[in-house]
Amino acid sequence: MPTYQLTVNGELKTVEVSKDMPVLWALRDYLDLVGTKFGCGIAQCGACTIHLEGTAIRSCSITMAQVEGKSITTIEGLSKDGEHPVQKAWKSVDVPQCGYCQAGQIMTASSFLAKNQSPSKQEIKDAMHGNICRCGAYKRICKAVEVAAEEIAEKA
Amino acid sequence: MSSTKTAMTFSRRSFIRTSSLASGGLLIGFNLFTACKDAIKPPKDLSKLDYKDFNAFIKIAETGEVTIFSPNPEIGQGVKTAMPMLIAEELDVAWKNVYVEQGILDTKNYTRQLAGGSQSIRHGWEPLRQTGATARQMLINAAAAKWGVDASECTTNEGVITNANGDTLGYGDVAKEAALLEVPENVTLKKVSDFKIIGTDTYNVDLDKIVTGKPLYGMDYKAEGMVYAAIIHPPAFGQKLVSFDAAEAKAVTGVEDVLKYKDNIVVIGKDTWTVFKAKKLIKAEWASDKDLESTEDHDKILTDILDGNKFDTRRSDGNIKKAFANADMVLERTYESPFLPHNCMEPMNFYANVTDDKIHLVGPIQTPEGTAKHVAHLLERNEEEVHLEMTRMGGGFGRRLFGTFVVEAAEISNMIKKPVKLVYSREDDMTAGIYRPAIKYRIKASVKEGKVTGYHLKEACINDNMYGLIPNFFPAGAVENYQVDTANYKSAITTGAWRAPYANFLSFSEQSFFDELAELMEVDPVQLRLDLLQNVKGTTDERIEYSPKRMEKVIKTAVEKSGWGTKQQDTYQGFVAYYCHNTHVAQVADIVVKNNEPVVKKITCVVDCGIVVNPLGALNQIEGGIVDGVGHAMYGNFSFKDGVPSDSNFNSYRLIRMNEVPEIGTHIIESELAPTGLGEPTLPPVGGAIANALKALTGKRIYKQPFINNPDLFKVPNKTIVG
Ligand code: FES
Ligand code: FES
Repeated sequence: MPTYQLTVNGELKTVEVSKDMPVLWALRDYLDLVGTKFGCGIAQCGACTIHLEGTAIRSCSITMAQVEGKSITTIEGLSKDGEHPVQKAWKSVDVPQCGYCQAGQIMTASSFLAKNQSPSKQEIKDAMHGNICRCGAYKRICKAVEVAAEEIAEKA
Repeated sequence: MSSTKTAMTFSRRSFIRTSSLASGGLLIGFNLFTACKDAIKPPKDLSKLDYKDFNAFIKIAETGEVTIFSPNPEIGQGVKTAMPMLIAEELDVAWKNVYVEQGILDTKNYTRQLAGGSQSIRHGWEPLRQTGATARQMLINAAAAKWGVDASECTTNEGVITNANGDTLGYGDVAKEAALLEVPENVTLKKVSDFKIIGTDTYNVDLDKIVTGKPLYGMDYKAEGMVYAAIIHPPAFGQKLVSFDAAEAKAVTGVEDVLKYKDNIVVIGKDTWTVFKAKKLIKAEWASDKDLESTEDHDKILTDILDGNKFDTRRSDGNIKKAFANADMVLERTYESPFLPHNCMEPMNFYANVTDDKIHLVGPIQTPEGTAKHVAHLLERNEEEVHLEMTRMGGGFGRRLFGTFVVEAAEISNMIKKPVKLVYSREDDMTAGIYRPAIKYRIKASVKEGKVTGYHLKEACINDNMYGLIPNFFPAGAVENYQVDTANYKSAITTGAWRAPYANFLSFSEQSFFDELAELMEVDPVQLRLDLLQNVKGTTDERIEYSPKRMEKVIKTAVEKSGWGTKQQDTYQGFVAYYCHNTHVAQVADIVVKNNEPVVKKITCVVDCGIVVNPLGALNQIEGGIVDGVGHAMYGNFSFKDGVPSDSNFNSYRLIRMNEVPEIGTHIIESELAPTGLGEPTLPPVGGAIANALKALTGKRIYKQPFINNPDLFKVPNKTIVG
């Protein structure tokens, strides 16, 4: 079994898994980082979204071999105590219903807002369109992204 | 009358346990089911979904901290927040000092722990507040005894008891003594105007954990020595396993074993990915001794049922035959729905560890009690040996009422003698479902001298039929000659409850029908409903649960809030008013044309669900129900070909996404009446509202879901979408 080294949430990690194992399952089953969720396994729902070198990607559809030596961030590492503006906005808007999709939503939103700090509503909707929320909390997701964008803009 | 004024007497038996904690403090266990036995209808068959009851535990530590165990499964409907709010209100503690924990399945101290039918808050309303009020009274009694004063001169405020001299004691100071006292027989509940917690926006109790990715869900659960299992079910409903070759799968590093389990194949391995991967390498042979079913067959079978005369009559008033024979006009229409998978965001999964001394089960299940019993029975063990822990659920929608996957996990663990986590892939989840059954409704109405004189509803459904209350929904009681007939066809395809069972499609059918009937009668569709409701006012028919007054109120409010009939020319509106889960809802859909295609621009929704316990959570439920309703009416498309499901993942099965969500304007009727269901009732009306608005725009009626399959209305080049 090959060994892979990568930086996860700022820490260097070594994992011994098969080379085709998606990052999602290495995180969940070997690194005890279960915040990243499994929804579809085929890059359709966004529940498994993480950041690879700061950019949102679907961890179910990228293998450990592909991230060797790179740096990834998961929901657990987005901030210290849930104080990232996106997480704070998610709390103040009380977004979750079942909550299962929300880590992926937050990771998509935080990567998007890092690149676009004054998005229009339509840009937010387009950015979030790839993340399914089966509970239909879309209105609050959209609202929370707007709230987070405001806070980020104020700080900038 | 406000039910909060109802004095209820609780026998001592209602409290099945009051005890001192080893660590000091008071633990009060309240058997809610016993308590509300006379007040509510006893639960029926689990598959029928119109029940719900609970128990609760309050734990008060000597430090004064209060822990409230929420006994019922949390599927995203918010009960883990709202149910403890009811207790905390009457206990009179500050919400910020309350810790909420998920209770485990405990059949001795709780009964009927389940989630379904939008009934948690409705059935918990009185008993949960009684629990809090009783505990408060015991704390007061203990303090009064300590002071040597009369309990009646003591008051409480946010966890502090004060006597007439101004002395104070915290709940924690007297919790231990309180636990030893007699349980008071009669406690008074607060007036609605004195509520401090109920009716205030309260955040989801798991919010912090959710946004920081803490383990919460069944999927996240791990235990020492646990292996992973993946399962291959027969690819087609009705097939059996003949043989399989697992040589290649077994060669995958990390695969421990491949076993036959009933008509399924199970792969055991050291992580999820390994067992998923190995599954695909198995070559299996399947066979069937029966013809495998296709949607085309069902289509014909259901139509034949409607054309035939073998029905159960579920309600019959007057004489519909006569009404039709004497009518000036008759309208008859048939409505068709597909099967629907639930597609909970978290695929089915469960942990099981079956050992000689106990059966340990952990995971997401809406019916923990029934499932635990079922497992005990299958494994020929005592029910007491089953220890079931409920996790937060990544959605339920009815799917997790059916613990098929729990049974599988337990039986697999029993076979391999190891702790195991069974994980479904999305494909397993979507193709081995307990689907919403395909249904056809045929509705016929007669009109004479401008009045609706007859109404006949016929249901042809796969496997089962509408539950008992539905034949008494509107327009029952409003039309003199009225009949509801049902019949079904038993299929190999497994079906069951799906968010707002039956109502979710019946509402579309009937509400589309009323719209067309109004057109035929040349009256405004809103006026038609208001006229019919007049006939129900003052009814003495106890089977009628909907209130014509409350229905009229939501209708009139929706007219006002949506600007019904006064919209500009480029907005087309459709109207619906519907009652289910004890809640009255009216909705108006606004449709506009964008890029030559109809777009649902806005849904105006007026809800009367009694007192709203947690407005912040309620709004989320209301919006979620509407979005779900829009999504499935528009896109939900699922069928079978020779027993094989048409779709297995989100590349072809279309769920509603961000860009397809309309604006939603919600208006909640202020009320002092007891709360009613909210997790489901806003879903059923949406489809009809959209269909009626599409008619206003195009002149064409839609009789079938999903709407997207109407090529002359929507240009959908192919149904595959890219995420
Ligand atoms: S699990 Fe990766 S996109 Fe769905
Ligand atoms: S909150 Fe349940 S799937 Fe998004």
